[in-house]
Amino acid sequence: MSVNQQAHTGPPYGQPQPGYQGYQQPAYGGQPLPGEQYGAYNGPMPGYQQPGPPQGYFPSLGFPSKGSPVSINSDTSSLPPNFIGSLRAPPTTGAPPPASGAYNQFGHGDVQNGIPTSAAPVQRPPASQPFLPRSAPSQQYGPPPASVQQLTNHMAGMTIVSTTASAPPPAGLGYGPPTSAPPVSETFSAPYTPYTASPGPPPTTVFQGPPLAQPPFPAQPMSMQRPPTQVPGFAPPPPSTGLGPSPYPPPAGAPRPPPMPGPPLPGQSLAGPSASQPNHVSSPPPPSPMAGPHPGPPMGGLHGPPPPTHPPQPGYQIQQNGSFEQVRGPQPNYPGAYPGAPNYGSQPGAPPPPKRLDPDSIPSPIQVIEDDRNNRGSEPFVTGVRGQVPPLVTTNFLVKDQGNASPRYIRCTSYNIPCTSDMAKQSQVPLAAVIKPLATLPPEENLPYLVDHGESGPVRCNRCKAYMCPFMQFIEGGRRFQCCFCSCVTEVPPQYFQHLDHTGKRVDFYDRPELSLGSYEFLATVDYCKNNKFPSPPAFIFMIDVSYNAVKSGLVRLICEELKSLLDYLPREGNMEESAIRVGFVTYNKVLHFYNVKSSLAQPQMMVVSDVADMFVPLLDGFLVNVNESRTVITSLLDQIPEMFADTRETETVFAPVIQAGLEALKAAECAGKLFIFHTSLPIAEAPGKLKNRDDKKLINTDKEKTLFQPQTSFYNNLAKDCVAQGCCVDLFLFPNQYLDVATLGVVPYQTGGSIYKYAYFQLETDQDRFLNDLRRDVQKEVGFDAVMRVRTSTGIRATDFFGAFYMSNTTDVEMAGLDCDKTITVEFKHDDKLSEDSGALLQCALLYTSCAGQRRLRIHNLSLNCCTQLADLYRNCETDTLINYLAKYAYRGVLSSPVKAVRDALISQCAQILACYRKNCASPSSAGQLILPECMKLLPVYLNCVLKSDVLQPGPEVTTDDRAYIRQLVTSMDVAETNVFFYPRLLPLTKADVDSDSLPAAIRNSEERLCKGDIYLLENGLNIFVWVGVNVQQGLLQNLFGVSSFNQISNALNALPVLENPFSRKVRSIVDMLQVQRSRYMKLIIVKQEDKLEMLFKHFLVEDKSLNGGASYVDFLCHMHKEIRQLLS
Amino acid sequence: MATYLEFIQQNEERDGVRFSWNVWPSSRLEATRMVVPLACLLTPLKEHLDLPPVQYEPVLCSRPTCKAVLNPLCQVDYRAKLWACNFCFQRNQFPPAYAGISEVNQPAELMPQFSTIEYIVQRGPQTPLIFLYVVDTCLEEEDLQALKESLQMSLSLLPGDALVGLITFGRMVQVHELSCEGISKSYVFRGTKDLTAKQIQDMLGLSRPVVPVQQGRPPHTPDQPIISSRFLQPVHKIDMNLTDLLGELQRDPQPVTQGKRPLRSTGVALSIAVGLLECTFPNTGARIMLFTGGPPTQGPGMVVGDELKTPIRSWHDIEKDNVRFMKKATKHYETLANRTAANGHCIDIYACALDQTGLLEMKCCANITGGHMVMGDSFNTSLFKQTFQRVFNKGFSGEFRMAFGAILDVKTSRELKIAGAIGPCVSLNAKGPCVSENELGIGGTSQWKICSLDPSTTLAIYFEVVNQHNAPIPQGGRGAVQFVTQYQHSSMLKRIRVTTIARNWADAQSQLQHIEAAFDQEAAAVLMARLGVYRAESEEGPDVLRWLDRQLIRLCQKFGQYNKDDPNSFRLSESFSLYPQFMFHLRRSPFLQVFNNSPDESSYYRHHFARQDLTQSLIMIQPILYAYSFHGPPEPVLLDSSSILPDRILLMDTFFQIVIYLGETIAQWQKAGYQDMPEYENFKHLLQAPLDDAQDILQTRFPMPRYIHTEHGGSQARFLLSKVNPSQTHNNLYAWGQETGAPILTDDVSLQVFMDHLKKLAVSSAS
Repeated sequence: MSVNQQAHTGPPYGQPQPGYQGYQQPAYGGQPLPGEQYGAYNGPMPGYQQPGPPQGYFPSLGFPSKGSPVSINSDTSSLPPNFIGSLRAPPTTGAPPPASGAYNQFGHGDVQNGIPTSAAPVQRPPASQPFLPRSAPSQQYGPPPASVQQLTNHMAGMTIVSTTASAPPPAGLGYGPPTSAPPVSETFSAPYTPYTASPGPPPTTVFQGPPLAQPPFPAQPMSMQRPPTQVPGFAPPPPSTGLGPSPYPPPAGAPRPPPMPGPPLPGQSLAGPSASQPNHVSSPPPPSPMAGPHPGPPMGGLHGPPPPTHPPQPGYQIQQNGSFEQVRGPQPNYPGAYPGAPNYGSQPGAPPPPKRLDPDSIPSPIQVIEDDRNNRGSEPFVTGVRGQVPPLVTTNFLVKDQGNASPRYIRCTSYNIPCTSDMAKQSQVPLAAVIKPLATLPPEENLPYLVDHGESGPVRCNRCKAYMCPFMQFIEGGRRFQCCFCSCVTEVPPQYFQHLDHTGKRVDFYDRPELSLGSYEFLATVDYCKNNKFPSPPAFIFMIDVSYNAVKSGLVRLICEELKSLLDYLPREGNMEESAIRVGFVTYNKVLHFYNVKSSLAQPQMMVVSDVADMFVPLLDGFLVNVNESRTVITSLLDQIPEMFADTRETETVFAPVIQAGLEALKAAECAGKLFIFHTSLPIAEAPGKLKNRDDKKLINTDKEKTLFQPQTSFYNNLAKDCVAQGCCVDLFLFPNQYLDVATLGVVPYQTGGSIYKYAYFQLETDQDRFLNDLRRDVQKEVGFDAVMRVRTSTGIRATDFFGAFYMSNTTDVEMAGLDCDKTITVEFKHDDKLSEDSGALLQCALLYTSCAGQRRLRIHNLSLNCCTQLADLYRNCETDTLINYLAKYAYRGVLSSPVKAVRDALISQCAQILACYRKNCASPSSAGQLILPECMKLLPVYLNCVLKSDVLQPGPEVTTDDRAYIRQLVTSMDVAETNVFFYPRLLPLTKADVDSDSLPAAIRNSEERLCKGDIYLLENGLNIFVWVGVNVQQGLLQNLFGVSSFNQISNALNALPVLENPFSRKVRSIVDMLQVQRSRYMKLIIVKQEDKLEMLFKHFLVEDKSLNGGASYVDFLCHMHKEIRQLLS
Repeated sequence: MATYLEFIQQNEERDGVRFSWNVWPSSRLEATRMVVPLACLLTPLKEHLDLPPVQYEPVLCSRPTCKAVLNPLCQVDYRAKLWACNFCFQRNQFPPAYAGISEVNQPAELMPQFSTIEYIVQRGPQTPLIFLYVVDTCLEEEDLQALKESLQMSLSLLPGDALVGLITFGRMVQVHELSCEGISKSYVFRGTKDLTAKQIQDMLGLSRPVVPVQQGRPPHTPDQPIISSRFLQPVHKIDMNLTDLLGELQRDPQPVTQGKRPLRSTGVALSIAVGLLECTFPNTGARIMLFTGGPPTQGPGMVVGDELKTPIRSWHDIEKDNVRFMKKATKHYETLANRTAANGHCIDIYACALDQTGLLEMKCCANITGGHMVMGDSFNTSLFKQTFQRVFNKGFSGEFRMAFGAILDVKTSRELKIAGAIGPCVSLNAKGPCVSENELGIGGTSQWKICSLDPSTTLAIYFEVVNQHNAPIPQGGRGAVQFVTQYQHSSMLKRIRVTTIARNWADAQSQLQHIEAAFDQEAAAVLMARLGVYRAESEEGPDVLRWLDRQLIRLCQKFGQYNKDDPNSFRLSESFSLYPQFMFHLRRSPFLQVFNNSPDESSYYRHHFARQDLTQSLIMIQPILYAYSFHGPPEPVLLDSSSILPDRILLMDTFFQIVIYLGETIAQWQKAGYQDMPEYENFKHLLQAPLDDAQDILQTRFPMPRYIHTEHGGSQARFLLSKVNPSQTHNNLYAWGQETGAPILTDDVSLQVFMDHLKKLAVSSAS
């Protein structure tokens, strides 16, 4: 583990590289280079396989993995720090310079981008190397195309970094000596220039290896100390990650590695080294077993500090020992540890001494995020290359669509799919894509082009009905095309015919979005419409609970006031002057009140329907109206609603009839639409869908716990089905004061693609902003209706399972009454045949929907993935965030049918298998006591632990049944970015914020240990923002932020920060605002004073710590994981 | 003593009562042999100029089973301050208030001229009149507009404190809340779902909220200012509101596709109206006024599907039993009608459409509750407008000519029992010693409820003589009947009208001529007709006719003078002379003949026949025909084809239609424009005369008759031709002089043939 992390530090490697240059470069820049080499490697390395073609690519890929990133960082010296930040900033610096020189040559061209397209799918560096890979990869990826050039760039970057960094010295030392690597690099460089870039890449993996291991060591303890962990870490990690280990090993590895590092390395080293090094040096041969692993580097990386000697580095140890605990012991010892490390591995006993695993030595999400941000945030992500792993969701990056869908639309758990189902089963890595078909793009990126093929409609494959896309092969001079999914040959319709150029590309390739882009839209013809009739513009119906609770809390008045202005902001299409959406209003308690707001009326008319048992819509005309035409009547109505019910004594409500009413109204109007239901209580009034209070916390941890997540009655399922058939999407705003059975009420919103918002104990003063912001966003956001989504894939795999807010009437079509820009569907794929490495695997997600102006459209997203015959490639191209997204959704669905305990165990076991498989098949042999994580998955344990500790899977006593059901449904349609922050909240030290810049302060890890009594922190998880105030915070800060003079005067009741005119307050508020904007829901702001009772709540979100409900700490869980893995291995 | 005719007339004017027999056969056997039952037509609220109501409670016989009201026939012992009930012979003390009573100081109820007397009593809370409009919105725009105007106009005719409510219906039913400011509010119901009264009340929020009795707190007693006030408001308060609301009424927006009828939820609308009143104002005077422009096409009470290709049922279908909805619908409306009656409310039906509207199924709503039934072609006709306006006509005293929630209690001397009643009433199932086991009409009770009545509402009440054949003529020689009608006057006060009549007993064997002479053939004809029509509702037409024929023959056999088997010798005394003719026309009337009438029309005719007074009923049976010519003043002429002459203008009144018919020559003259020539002004006057007379009738009759102005050869002349006795037909035309009238193209028998057969059968010894 630690190793891996270190690997991350990898970047650092890069830095350190300086010394290594050779290595690093290879690694970083180099990796790309490997390209060619890879070819070679491939032979040897399974992972690389990425056949020659990719070469160029590969390189890039390889690099991309980690090395590249570095380059990105390169510019900013700071970057290195970041990387290092965690560990060894210093070291890095050193090396770079040299590298730069060499690389530069390569680097020159920014070309990268251009090239990127090159098929060379950026492969992630071997999984193992993660760290390096990451950074590198990203860069590389981008660059990959350019392969060489990019590399160079990277290199340059790297170098720079290095330069900047003081590290040089150490690096130099370490690296230089460590291996011949340097030479390698150089050699590479040479090659690079030519092309090699690719070779470079391989290095990536390698890098770690090389640099790592030895370097660090060589670096000497000395260096270690400084950069301590970092440096060493770097170096080592690479190896580990790299696979390379073996290769490396030879170099320095052998010696040091053996100790602690070894283990860690293994993982990394293996990948890295083997691959990269091999390439470079040819080291492959050398791959002394140990070397790789020991790569001490890894160790080093991790513990960097703990120079080689220290066998028992914490991190390492852990790994080695398998039992983390033991490891811990070592940690402290680091130095000693190393040496001992090996021992540990062997000796369980060792642990005793060290009691704790050093949290700093285990993979840090913060570090990974920072690395990726630094490495990949500055270059656009160009999608032209097959199988490129995109930057992390936490990284800001631009996307250039060159034939594959943007990662904003589709993210996969792995960008390299095993060719056979056996491999897939062996690895246990789920193959899934997280699809957000209507994702919002940043303003700099283009919306999908709308293609109109006229009356004949989109061109499609005759057999599988796939839509025309960039992967279709035109043959016979352009008269026919062969489907990239099913290989069927289809005539090109005459009006679509175009000649081909000498490369076989259509002459109009660049003129047609469907031939050149990954995402685009078709205008659907009438054949794609319900009943063969073009749809009418959709309608929004606002349905307001006016029972006693709602009126008393002021909610009704609030909603009515808000609607008056909100109606001006209904979504509209493109540049239309006014929204085509019609609106209608209903209020209800035990009965429903419909309103006729026809423009010709002098005053609104209210129609009461008390026959809730058999709901119908009492009026045809005047219920759904155009806002502008009926404005005066609507305003008058909204003025009167609060008055009319001001004295209501009705406390009972109905619910199902409300939905039925909306549904009937839409049916009558023959359009799709959305219901906004504002509801306060358990519907106990006599009516269909009546519910009883069945909340029973005693069921928790029993076999019956699942019933808490299941709807009480199947009534709502049937209702949902009807809603979907009509395109009636339901958004539910809940304001409960007690249990209201979200699990049941949520069925319809959930299955119709709607959203649920919940404001428990709603109070006007505190919750108004949050609610109104949510409402505004919900009303305004882009939305499609009556949507059907189908995912087509290359022969060989098939979409088999779907997660999200939708309804399915068959096994292939995902139906959503409404689909907004935040809704995400996770699709799992399974093999039903073999895939081929040559053709890769293609996905085409086609979404048929009605736009907010009533236009029927097809949105197509295409994505090409690589296929591999070596597991290492799989592990090198994984995306842990996406994986977690999938696993969480899978588990959250599991609780519906299995005891929570079983779900948790299954999760753990699956992850253990994934990691064990890696260890067994991809990592170089090493002590069983070592925990070796693939570079790309090194955060899997920490994230998984967060999932396991989440309220749904392990509820604390304060978590209500409704909360759990709510969260469960919420998570099910989250995208990757949301799940990421939801499970691992972002913790920002506000006091460290630079009031003069726009940037956010660097996040820190979610552990109480990281909190300082004198600081103020902000924690956000997508639902809440906590502002934690330490007891010792300077008075001045308190004064600036809260306008109070002492800690005690801070009010718990604050739900917003006071607006004070001073830089600090402004800064903090701007941070809060910035965060609010990023999330699809307005977060609740909670001020937590240290040692206050609310702090318990806050601590719940410090997910690396042991939780009060029995959730394991990160360290403990890691140990547990290791144990599991070891069991599997033995 | 004056003639019986005068006696009868006098009695009718004073008491609103006409008996078929004014001298009663004294034994059951004899009475049965009289053929025409002992019965009377009672007009409980007959307007009476010289009947000042008295402002105190009536004095009742103290016997619990009797409770007859003190009347002029009672024996009074002024000294002992006792009176003897003339029905049960119970001796009663006068109440203290009568302490000053003496021969010279008699209370009004003891004076002979007050055989009918009206008491105003102070009982119970006074509740305002209630008018609940139930309006069909599936009308043509023009019709709806006219209806809206009529309704708006009607608001001005209502007393200010009357409560009004509005329910509209089309595909759905809307109950409008009238008390809202700024927003108009209504409760909407699906038109396809039958709801129980309880459900309706719950849904309208009328059921009292079940206030959970909280411990330690007295049960919440809400100041329930009549929750129903939301739906029923005093006219003066919501006059403007309601006018606007009516003004904004739109046609049902539900699109009606080609080949379909609009979906009309009449059944549910009525059901809701009934439910609404039932729980808010039980037992107070209320009218549910249903305005409908077509048949109910959905939900409970639907009469026909919405497919135009399936026509609404005809008599032919009914005979073939090819009616899908009739039974169910009828049942639905019957249930409603009974509930309404139980609550003392009434339902009016104003049905205006060219096609049928389902009156056949809905008839009981009006029949049982005493509501009006009006049938017209369109709401945009004066027929409807005038008729509707006339509902709110006021009597001499400036009060509405309508009364509500009447309970008619009939008491008889011991020798008589009550067999039943036919009219707009329901049985209250009051069993008692004077209730006969043999039912005629609605029997088995001595009390009936008449939910709504006006001064012309007339019931037929049938009696049975129970005196044994051998028993002597009862003590005193007279039999007595007392009618006690308690009702809510339109002034909101409760009133009790008491009519006590007595007739002599006669031994039918020895004094048949007395009985014969005292026969009221007009009353008898109407009473028999009511029986016949009543039977026709449930029996096959031919059976009823046969029954009527048999009765007639038996009567002729009993009272005719003839030699056996010699038709030519047959004679009937004067008091019977018109009776066969009435029967002849009755047989041809639309009440018994359904040919050429739709089921709705039949129901409509029968409805009115069962409630009009004797005069109107006779007109219905045998329309009257006046002739206008230069040969003399207007004169009534025989209802015979021979009366149709070229130089005559005929005016026929069938009650439902007023037909003015210009003879051939007159018509030609008119075409030639003679009436416009000064020298022919007399012709102009001649033309005008029947118009004026027709206007007189049109002005007063309710419902307003259909006014038909036609001429010889005109298509509308059929109304006349179908009524007259077809003495000349295409079969016998040439046997008659050319000048003597118009031939009728029919195979119906003429009166002459009918009479010939009657005589033959009457004298036949075989029967």
